[in-house]
Amino acid sequence: MKGIFSLVVIKCVIEVKDVAKTYKTGDVEFQALKGASFKIEDGEFVAIMGPSGSGKSTLMHILGCLDIPTSGTYFLDGKDVSMLNDDELADIRKDKIGFVFQAFNLLPRATVIRNVMLPLVYSGAKKEERLRRAEKVLEAVGLEEEHYYHLSNQLSGGQIQRVAIARALVNNPSLILADEPTGNLDSKTGDIVLHTFKKLNKEHKRTVVLITHEQDIANYADRIIHLKDGNIISDSKHHKK
Amino acid sequence: MRTADIFQETYIVLSTNKARSSLTVLGIVIGISSVIAMISIGQGASGQIQSSIEGLGSNLLTIIPGVIQPGRGIVSSGRGSAQTLKNEDVEILKQIEGVSFISPEVQRRFQIVSSSGNNTNSLVIGAMPEYAMVRNVLPEQGSFISDSNIRSLSRVAVLGPTVAQDIFGEEDPIGKTVRVNKINFKVIGVLQAKGSAGFFNPDDTVFVPLSVMQKILTGEDYLSTIAVNVENKDLMPQVQEEAIFALSQKHRVDPQNPDFSVVSQAEISGALTQVVDTFTIFLASIAGISLVVGGIGIMNMMLTTVTERTKEIGLRKAIGAKRRDINLQFLAEAIILTFIGGFIGILLGALIAFIMSYFEIIQTSVSIFSVFLAFGVSAVIGIVFGYYPAQKASKLNPIDALRYE
Repeated sequence: MKGIFSLVVIKCVIEVKDVAKTYKTGDVEFQALKGASFKIEDGEFVAIMGPSGSGKSTLMHILGCLDIPTSGTYFLDGKDVSMLNDDELADIRKDKIGFVFQAFNLLPRATVIRNVMLPLVYSGAKKEERLRRAEKVLEAVGLEEEHYYHLSNQLSGGQIQRVAIARALVNNPSLILADEPTGNLDSKTGDIVLHTFKKLNKEHKRTVVLITHEQDIANYADRIIHLKDGNIISDSKHHKK
Repeated sequence: MRTADIFQETYIVLSTNKARSSLTVLGIVIGISSVIAMISIGQGASGQIQSSIEGLGSNLLTIIPGVIQPGRGIVSSGRGSAQTLKNEDVEILKQIEGVSFISPEVQRRFQIVSSSGNNTNSLVIGAMPEYAMVRNVLPEQGSFISDSNIRSLSRVAVLGPTVAQDIFGEEDPIGKTVRVNKINFKVIGVLQAKGSAGFFNPDDTVFVPLSVMQKILTGEDYLSTIAVNVENKDLMPQVQEEAIFALSQKHRVDPQNPDFSVVSQAEISGALTQVVDTFTIFLASIAGISLVVGGIGIMNMMLTTVTERTKEIGLRKAIGAKRRDINLQFLAEAIILTFIGGFIGILLGALIAFIMSYFEIIQTSVSIFSVFLAFGVSAVIGIVFGYYPAQKASKLNPIDALRYE
């Protein structure tokens, strides 16, 4: 977790230029994203908001390097990732991106600590190193130590999502990408999870991009990018909360 | 992904699905153990036949009347059906260099009856004293046929142990009388047991002097076999050739197409071994089919696993797993399953073979070759049947996989 408290220069984490995505099913073409351009700087907390079908999932997949755009360019940490192949994209995801999913996606029969260490399996870190880093991020998300060796199905929803956030953090990524992270939680635990993001952003200077369809949730962020029908309709700083 | 990680992941997955994993492994265990057991039985039988045939006499050439039809084999040739060998032929053969003993024989089946009424239908062999040297037989009690028995047409008989047991049971047969074809013979000896040599049981025979056999029992002076003992192994082909030539001249036939056949011991054991080998391959193939079925079981389980764990695969990919990582992980699961199955299968197969030998059901020998073969085959099965499911897993699109419900 080096470098968390020692930010000197504000650099651009995400730079998206005219990114469009067209899906083809047979002869039918569907343009899910019609040319989005924006920048997200290091340490920002941004919500990408829009109703279903607005293209926010497509944008999330492209930002998360799960997919590549049909046209346009995407710079992540100064590196053009819009034309990479599967294995190169996997490397980018491993080193630079932490995902938090709506469905949590923890391994059901593994302990909390093993779930958090999972990304380190693919980066080839040593065993002691994995454990040290996993414990550190679990502490950062505020999960009590007694749960570290519990199975994920013994935890509450809020705790599970915090484990998932810890897993997203363990690789020390440039970008944390949360896709409807409170969608499966009640509003009270959702609140705790959102505060965890906020704390990571404010105290640990993490760049967080939150994808949601709810205004309430988007309000936790400092900036909201509003999508509709594949276009950005507004991009505004937000200071209420 | 480190090797240790792959092993750990595999261990966790397989141990959480214990019932399914063990049933899948069972398929491989059955396949491998039956292959091992079948090969062991085949090799054991083959070894047994080989040693039995060598026990019938070493460096042996057997001359039989008639022609062995190619493809019909030695085993099935009807001995004694042609009547081309005579006593004079023995004198011709004696002149060939390298021949140490010659045993002319006449064989025919007769009913053997004892005074107490026990009877058996056995092979009666009219033999010379040389028979004992050529065929490696030793009397357990009494003596074998002597030259004076031959000259004086003595009605004496030497019993094989099976015949002695059948007719006299626990009684001492020496000095007793048996009736062969309604003629009384005095028992002068009982032979040591040799064990069956595949298709011919030398223990179930009765020996009488050759002269008695020809003049009294059959009334013909034809021979059914002339067994020739050669001084050493290297001389066998030469003696075989000379024997064919000399006998052809005597019989006035073309040596290329004689009215008799000369068979060396190597050919007999070769033919029998071939039969046993064919049988072994046949048994092992049937066992191999069960191995393939076991492999399909592995594939089936792996395909189910891949489907069940689609979401997990999506997640692993999202957090940075490459195709290769996913591929290796699933392939490792399949290979480890087959290796566990292979290992248990080898132990079980060896145990079955051991039990077979221990209870004297059939002679077996577990060879290192069959163990390596089984291990190799199980590894190959793991790779072959694990490949497709692993490929399927590694090719999943992370976006679709994450959405999978």
